Amino acid sequence: MSLERIKIAPELHDIMPEEYQDLVQRATYGNNSRGWKDIGTSKELIEEHSLCAGCPESMAFRYILASLPNPEDTVMVGSTGCTSLVFPHVGVHNIHSLFGNQNAIASGLKRALTVRFPDRAKDVVVLAGDGATVDIGLDMTLQAWFRQEKFTTICFDNELYANTGGQESGLMQKGFVAKMAPVGKTFEKVRLPEIARESGCHYVVNCTVSKPNLVEKVIKNAIHVAREIGPTYLQLYTPCILEIGKNSMEGLQEMRDSEKPTERFAYKEYISETAKELLTEIAAKEKERKAAAKKQLAEQTA
Amino acid sequence: MATQTVIGSKNKKDQVYTDPWKMMNEAERTPSFFTGSEVIKEALRRASCDVMIAYPITPQSEAAALIGELFAEGYIGDYFRGESEFAVMSQCAGAAFGGARVFTTTAGPGTMRAMENFPMWAGARLPIQMIVTCRGINSPLSIQPDTLEISYLMQTGMLVWHAETAQDFYDWILKGYMVSEEPDVHLPLALCCDGFFVTHTKDMVDLTPADMCLPPYDPYRSPVPCMDMECPPVRMMRDPFVMKSNYISYATHASWQQEVWAAVERSRKHTIAWLDGLIEIEKPDAEVLIVTSGTAVSQGREAITLLEEEGIDVGLVKVKTLRPWPGEEIREATKHAKHIIVPEFNVAGWMAREIRATIPNSERVYAGPHVCGGMTMPPEIIAADIKSAMGIKTSALAGRGS
Repeated sequence: MSLERIKIAPELHDIMPEEYQDLVQRATYGNNSRGWKDIGTSKELIEEHSLCAGCPESMAFRYILASLPNPEDTVMVGSTGCTSLVFPHVGVHNIHSLFGNQNAIASGLKRALTVRFPDRAKDVVVLAGDGATVDIGLDMTLQAWFRQEKFTTICFDNELYANTGGQESGLMQKGFVAKMAPVGKTFEKVRLPEIARESGCHYVVNCTVSKPNLVEKVIKNAIHVAREIGPTYLQLYTPCILEIGKNSMEGLQEMRDSEKPTERFAYKEYISETAKELLTEIAAKEKERKAAAKKQLAEQTA
Repeated sequence: MATQTVIGSKNKKDQVYTDPWKMMNEAERTPSFFTGSEVIKEALRRASCDVMIAYPITPQSEAAALIGELFAEGYIGDYFRGESEFAVMSQCAGAAFGGARVFTTTAGPGTMRAMENFPMWAGARLPIQMIVTCRGINSPLSIQPDTLEISYLMQTGMLVWHAETAQDFYDWILKGYMVSEEPDVHLPLALCCDGFFVTHTKDMVDLTPADMCLPPYDPYRSPVPCMDMECPPVRMMRDPFVMKSNYISYATHASWQQEVWAAVERSRKHTIAWLDGLIEIEKPDAEVLIVTSGTAVSQGREAITLLEEEGIDVGLVKVKTLRPWPGEEIREATKHAKHIIVPEFNVAGWMAREIRATIPNSERVYAGPHVCGGMTMPPEIIAADIKSAMGIKTSALAGRGS
């Protein structure tokens, strides 16, 4: 989208909703260095949400939307679950269609956008829960990776079906007692990050969303690699405080506890050789850009 | 907007984007001897299709593979094999959300596996075209012609048309895009035919020139925003309706469904213009009428010839569209008929039920013969049922247990 498109005709300015005026004047579309630090000083692409108070998913949403490298040309695909309660508030085009078909939707979408805009980078980002990604939609998750579809898959892993009331999911820990697992889950947490690597993903990260700078880094890497090379996968722990018996203030600590070196959300990443080359190249360019900006600033102030 | 400006210019295959009405109704036609599957390919060659997604299932596999050849030749923007019909129909949705003209084909169990997608397509107002080459869906496994799956599609909010011949197929694929992409319609189309009878038999089909094609789809004529971030994103709603148990959320959902069905109704005027009416009538004054769709119409014609030899005058109503349902047309066409015979290729007799629900004095409707599981429908059994309905004694036909 050309940034001209979102501008308001001066004659209509006063009748546009305040929120839209904010989106035009104070959002970070087109800002190359946008990131989590803009939160609180700019208009966010998500401002309100309908999640539980203190839900780590809401933090994850804010960090991710602040970190999209190219929001003016990004389309997101969601699925059914708690995330589908948030997407209607999000300031980039997003699609909800069915439960579990998000990677199939994204495959068709990315191809259509490539046919229609061959000379433009249109990023597609899937964001869905663990039930959608690993259980009902596993087939389509994997097949999109096998086909090397060029989009990012983000799984909000809360280790259960939160929106339907806390039922067992494939990413739930073994032994956890939940609805539909009345004597405790009998099999291990599905090892999707490893499966993602073996299925052809070029960039895979397993972590929590306790550190916004880390979330920003992995989101940008995943989207750049998907744009240029092939599928990428992020599995982010966003605990359902409601279903694991925590209160509103305890989500962050739960994530910190779960990312210790021996825990299941200790930071793990896999980067393919081609992706490493690309990320090195991007980092060098970014360094160059910052140096040039610094030099320009110095010249202006001199 | 874009549609008007490209007419007369050429695509990368040197085809001229042509005014669709002129292309379909005025351009010179070339008679060609093709299978139904080959006819699908030839229609797609001229359809300016952006994305086709394929999956193997008999009897549509050949058509789906032939369109792959078109992609290799450069006529289709993108093409790939999905992993199942459920996934394929979601991939089609993704491509249509992204503003592409989309085509796919399926059959029988594939239609059933994908079913969750179809009300979603209609609700999201995606003008995807899906060819359905009908076959058996029940256990034990059958790949033979059977139209039961159409009755499920009829409640999805999609447009549903039922082609009789390969010629119908050729014309309706191209005309189908023109109807379903109208801004006041903008709905998916299930273009159905009876598997094998149409797909695997050769027929003479009059083709439009290969150097003419439809103008491209313009996603900005859609009544809902195209999901390509080319128009400003807005927050859709403050509270997602799915979470609310209140009158406004129910009323929103209800009015959205009503709007989908209103769009089906609004497709009538376009469909009547493009297909020259929703039904075709032969001998409307006959006391006995065969009313049906698909290849049962062809078998009906043969039965009429047989009965003519015996001096029994029978007329015919060919129903071309099932959604929108030509209720008014059928009421008018059947108003003088004493007996209405509805032959069908399915066990349930859904067409007879629809007609009974449409006309006054529905005891006139004789549901049958309905054959299924791939059984053929010899004209003799239609003729026998007509005589039976008329109270004429007939000798028992072999194998019918009578």
